[in-house]
Amino acid sequence: MRSFQRRLSEFDARGVRVVGISVDPPEINRRQSQKQGYTFPLLSDPKTKIIRRYDVLHPGAGPKGADIARPAEFLLDSNGIVRWVNLTGNIAVRARPDQVLEVLNQLTLAGQ
Amino acid sequence: MKRKWNWPVWGGFVFTVAGLFSYEFFARFPITRDFPWANFLLFGIGTAFLIVGLFRAFGRPQVYRGKIFGLIFAAIAVLVLAFFSYAIFYALRQVPASSGAPRVGQKAPDFLLLGQNGKPVGLGDLLSNSNGVVVIFYRGFW
Repeated sequence: MRSFQRRLSEFDARGVRVVGISVDPPEINRRQSQKQGYTFPLLSDPKTKIIRRYDVLHPGAGPKGADIARPAEFLLDSNGIVRWVNLTGNIAVRARPDQVLEVLNQLTLAGQ
Repeated sequence: MKRKWNWPVWGGFVFTVAGLFSYEFFARFPITRDFPWANFLLFGIGTAFLIVGLFRAFGRPQVYRGKIFGLIFAAIAVLVLAFFSYAIFYALRQVPASSGAPRVGQKAPDFLLLGQNGKPVGLGDLLSNSNGVVVIFYRGFW
């Protein structure tokens, strides 16, 4: 998340929005945004409704066995069509902004 | 005759403990998080020191101290390394398959969720007047 914030201007320049989704309530997201300086939306899905709809639930992996989201990144085009997906096999290894920017460059070259 | 302080035994212990507790710091940077080589480097240095220290303690016990501490620290180092390896090579990789996640070419499911300012944000809002959206699901800070 921090790395995406650092490169946010490059996403802005391409007209691409960044959004984070987790089970955290808005208060936690507000605190994190203030602390880390996140300027993109952090959305709250405490009942894991959307997390389930995207099938990115990690059952029992949260505090006290709570259900949380597994790390996952989706790149959607302006029609909401998925153009790139990253489903990591290792919680510590997440998508980096340069990976997504590289995909965006390729899509632009392909005339999308 | 007073025997010498066997410092590699203590040095090895310090590097081993540093290797474990520095994970939180190194995990902040993708280059040291994707594979925690910095932590394994510290463990390696710690193990080398411990081996040197144990050879001193047991090889020349009349010159060097550290038999008991050497064994205790070596046992702790083995446990720390076993725990760390278990976490890195097994526990962190227990991620659900997510076989039903939206695939390339499919329409992403819509959402409308509260943002950090308490106002709802929908996928439609994000898509309007934009060339695309990067949706990042994350484990959260709880």
